[in-house]
Amino acid sequence: MHPAPSLIVFTTLSGLGFGLLFFLGLGLRAPLGWLAFLWFGLGYGLVCAGLAASAFHLGRPERALRAFSQWRTSWLSREAVLAAVTLLALAPHAFGSVFLGAGVPWSGLAGAVLAPVTVLATAMIYAQLRTVPRWHHWSTPVVFLAASLAGGALLAGLCWPAMAGLVALGAALLAQWWLAPRRAATLASATGLGVRGTVRPFEAPHTGGNYLLREMVYRVGRRRAASLRRVAFTGAVLGPLVSLLLLPGVAGLVLAAALHVPGMLAARWLFFAEAEHVVGLYYHGDRG
Amino acid sequence: MTALPADTPRKLGLVIDLDICVGCHACVVSCKEWNSQGHGAPLVDTDAYGAAPEGTFLNRVHSYEVVPQDGPAQLVHFPRSCLHCENAPCVTVCPTGASYKRAEDGIVLVNEDACIGCGLCAWACPYGARELDGVERVMKKCTLCIDRIHNETLPEPDRVPACVRSCPTGARHFGDFADPESHVSRLVAERGGYDLMPGMGTKPVNKYLPPRPKDRPLLAAPAEEVAGDAVGFLGWLDRALARL
Repeated sequence: MHPAPSLIVFTTLSGLGFGLLFFLGLGLRAPLGWLAFLWFGLGYGLVCAGLAASAFHLGRPERALRAFSQWRTSWLSREAVLAAVTLLALAPHAFGSVFLGAGVPWSGLAGAVLAPVTVLATAMIYAQLRTVPRWHHWSTPVVFLAASLAGGALLAGLCWPAMAGLVALGAALLAQWWLAPRRAATLASATGLGVRGTVRPFEAPHTGGNYLLREMVYRVGRRRAASLRRVAFTGAVLGPLVSLLLLPGVAGLVLAAALHVPGMLAARWLFFAEAEHVVGLYYHGDRG
Repeated sequence: MTALPADTPRKLGLVIDLDICVGCHACVVSCKEWNSQGHGAPLVDTDAYGAAPEGTFLNRVHSYEVVPQDGPAQLVHFPRSCLHCENAPCVTVCPTGASYKRAEDGIVLVNEDACIGCGLCAWACPYGARELDGVERVMKKCTLCIDRIHNETLPEPDRVPACVRSCPTGARHFGDFADPESHVSRLVAERGGYDLMPGMGTKPVNKYLPPRPKDRPLLAAPAEEVAGDAVGFLGWLDRALARL
């Protein structure tokens, strides 16, 4: 897929924000006053920045409110509804922590339950697509959840949960890269002509570009997939783990977070760039 | 809600006969022409007279080479458009309800006034049947010419999709697949009509008819072998020429 910056930013930042809000809601980190303002502000800010970025992906952003209507069938709609509900559910807890000198446990707990569910819904937007076999795999929701929890723990300054999350994220990323299938169909099954012989594209249906080729049969980002994987794995998982182990205290956490976020952005870029849609078969055949 | 109807009393769709399609692209052009002026937003071209022209089309004709185990290669022209699937994944993924399947006849449509142009339906479709219009910024797809097939102001023969009406070889057929006695159902039964990518679980309504097996004319043998067996005048000529 064309790795649209709006989608890379949306999935990475909103995942981070919901991860941070999860730990703030649970009360594992319970700041008050100004500190609470900064910490909750960071969580809400990341989520809102991510959601705003996602609106840039729309052809008609002025109609975005309609996306809240189809939660019974559509994962994209569920994601929108859950994101809004999570932010609202957590609002009393955040308000109490900032202005009243005490959090509101029931609201925090509700937010902590809803935040990972929202991240799961984001992942399901991609994991539901049978047309992209690399996404249609159990590792997709696991990567999204682990990235959210690891990043959230780093931002919340929680060393042990962060390390556990990073190890889970590392395993999930490797599973996605090594285990998720590349192919779910062939040109033979796409055309139904395989029974008659070997099928090969002879002439393209059009000489200009089109939406499908620009959006789905995207190849440029894939050329450097191996190096991108190294960058992503080192930045998102190994670097933060090493800095947490070697540098105790705030310095280690800050360095870990500073490495993790660009690492995750690289991993997400790869996630979109490497996605191969079955419609590519009609254009490029099985050699793609 | 973008839930799929449990069943539809009619299943309108197309049969595409790969045996007789000659790849003339008349269906592509007539589809573009009709759907740029009637129902919904037009199918817009960008940079139409420039260096990189492109546009939105609801129908594209690929050409494939098929090489059998024993026999010469064959060229198959392959029109690709919306298959109006019974289990249409493009409908259920839609966050706004703009993408829907009509309960009465099974046609998959987009309500362009409610489309936010997120592109997820195009991603969910295995067949590349949906294209986001570069100018209108909404998703476009085959409507089965809904403004022709039920349009009583048109003469009876014109109440079929534009691609079917314009096909010069009769490679495209329109009808109701829910009726086992319909023209299209009989064609599918007689000719072994099949689904594209059945593994995707989409249950397409449109069916494709396979190319018929070709005759295998004997290839002309090399000249000297013919001359060796030649008798009569040709045999005499062969011997006379050999002596020269």
